[in-house]
Amino acid sequence: MTATAPRPTTDAGPEGPTRASSTKRAPTRRAGQGRTPRAFYWMVVPAVVIFFGLHTIPVVTGMFFSLTNYAGYGTWSFVGLSNYLNLFRDDRVIASYLFTFGFAVVSTIAVNVISLAIALGLNSRIKFRTAFRGIFFIPYVLAILIIGYVFNYLFANSFPTILQSMGLPGANILADPQWAWVGIVITTVWQACAFNVILYLAGLQTIPAELYEAAGIDGASSWRQFRSITFPLIGAYFTINMVLSFKSFLQVFDQIVALTNGGPGTSTESIALVIFRGGFQGGEYGYQMANAVLYLFVIILVSFIQLRFLQRREASF
Amino acid sequence: MSSTIQGAEALQTTTSPVDPGASSPAGTPPRSRRRRRLDGGTGGTNWWLTALIAVCSLTVLLPLYFTIVTSLKTPDQLGGTGFELPTEIRWQNFADAYQLTNFPQALLNTALITVGAVVLTLFTNSLVAYAIARNMHKKFFRGLYFYFLAAIFVPFPIIMLPVVKETALLGLDTPVGLVLLYTVYGLSFNIFIFTAYINSIPIELEEAARMDGASTWGVFWKVVFPLLAPMNATVGILTCVWAWNDFLLPLVILSDPSARTLPLAQFIFQGQFNTNYTVAFASYLMALAPLLVVYIVAQKWVVSGVMRGSTK
Repeated sequence: MTATAPRPTTDAGPEGPTRASSTKRAPTRRAGQGRTPRAFYWMVVPAVVIFFGLHTIPVVTGMFFSLTNYAGYGTWSFVGLSNYLNLFRDDRVIASYLFTFGFAVVSTIAVNVISLAIALGLNSRIKFRTAFRGIFFIPYVLAILIIGYVFNYLFANSFPTILQSMGLPGANILADPQWAWVGIVITTVWQACAFNVILYLAGLQTIPAELYEAAGIDGASSWRQFRSITFPLIGAYFTINMVLSFKSFLQVFDQIVALTNGGPGTSTESIALVIFRGGFQGGEYGYQMANAVLYLFVIILVSFIQLRFLQRREASF
Repeated sequence: MSSTIQGAEALQTTTSPVDPGASSPAGTPPRSRRRRRLDGGTGGTNWWLTALIAVCSLTVLLPLYFTIVTSLKTPDQLGGTGFELPTEIRWQNFADAYQLTNFPQALLNTALITVGAVVLTLFTNSLVAYAIARNMHKKFFRGLYFYFLAAIFVPFPIIMLPVVKETALLGLDTPVGLVLLYTVYGLSFNIFIFTAYINSIPIELEEAARMDGASTWGVFWKVVFPLLAPMNATVGILTCVWAWNDFLLPLVILSDPSARTLPLAQFIFQGQFNTNYTVAFASYLMALAPLLVVYIVAQKWVVSGVMRGSTK
């Protein structure tokens, strides 16, 4: 990929005359404003074609098959919107949406509150700051599936034993349909905080120290300083972290496979898990594509509302 | 939280222009600037907060300690809380896990897919972002930018079922196909951060190169790409961690069992031998270790790379 090879062929055409006519007067770039060097098209067109093929086409075919009764094999026929109507009558689908949203709301709040607190701690005058930052980022580089297996064992064996030795009732929460989601939240938060801590730290470092100096002279309390300086100034980070973490938690899959596999019963089935199971193993290809399309609209809607709401709050400070 | 702010406030009054003797004099410029701003040497260290952070960091370290300890035990030492030290170390767990998961094959597959994804992502995504960033005023490129950006909001499950059929049809249900998918699916986010960074590069540098007769390609490879180094580091780290740890995409795409990646090998292994905990933990540890070791070695660099990416 040296520059010498394509230069004569690609650029002589569109740029040659331009450059020759304006060498003395104007920089090439401004002279070329009217027409784009063909090289720029060569840079993007292959990527666009592959992106279209491997991203857009699957989305479109998915939307198409959501209108059919395709099982994933064999023949199919159009069924109109009946897949979509059936979704709203399917208890398993409704339960998965409720579970996923509840999980995502709780995890998003927990992750953002905890990460912000840790980031504030790591940004202040503590000893071994670099080492602690290093430690808190470790979970990010570990595969969530494997972490899930480790936590699975902790929930099933270690924690009940520890609780019992303290005289408390100890049981495996993952085996309890009512409380299994808490185990999934704990594992998720343990891993997701790592990345959010780093993002918040980056945000905190953009705040000029002079602001705190001035506030200190004015006698503002530390809580007041957090509310009036720190939080508004990292508001953009807060918004983007909330939106991105909520969106990624709505797609929860790996940790559920490792911790409960959707159980006990179907009490911890996420939307992604229902689409995966129904689509690949249950012969519900068309039906689950309708589910996926619905899911797409829900995610877009939620992200949009969240951005709107959080940005308005940001401005009101 | 509150002590943080107090700390920041107090330090401002005590900071002297000269670095206090205790802090290392050999700091790189950005580092020493941060120091001067935020911790005025050891004099004002907040020990309570340090202790609190230390306790919090145990929540990260204890599960790791637990994994290591369990992987070294014999089956009859299981039970109890699991945090006890092993009385008798059984290295055989690792040998068993090595065989049962076909570890070298899985490691090689994961490594090849990750390296492929990182290299292809860096070379192609930055190039596309460059072309778009420098032509934002043109309808075509502007449209492309929003086309790619919109894909950030498309959840993977909607692509999952159709893309499996498509890759099977095209013969891309292989590690090569995975590399391509990581490159394509990372494009949306990477273009977003690359274009922001490219916009901050002064265009005069490129104009100067053009005056010297460089083509558009030459400008990119010789001027822009080297200047993107910090952003390349960030994108490289994110892509590396993603491709190495990903489970769902290999699960649905790969058809050949010998092409299994490390997380996939744990999944299959867990299904078959889920009662053999000590060997299972040895296997988990072996799957987690490579990236963990890389991280410990390159820790400062990784953290600063990711932080830089998020401030842009």
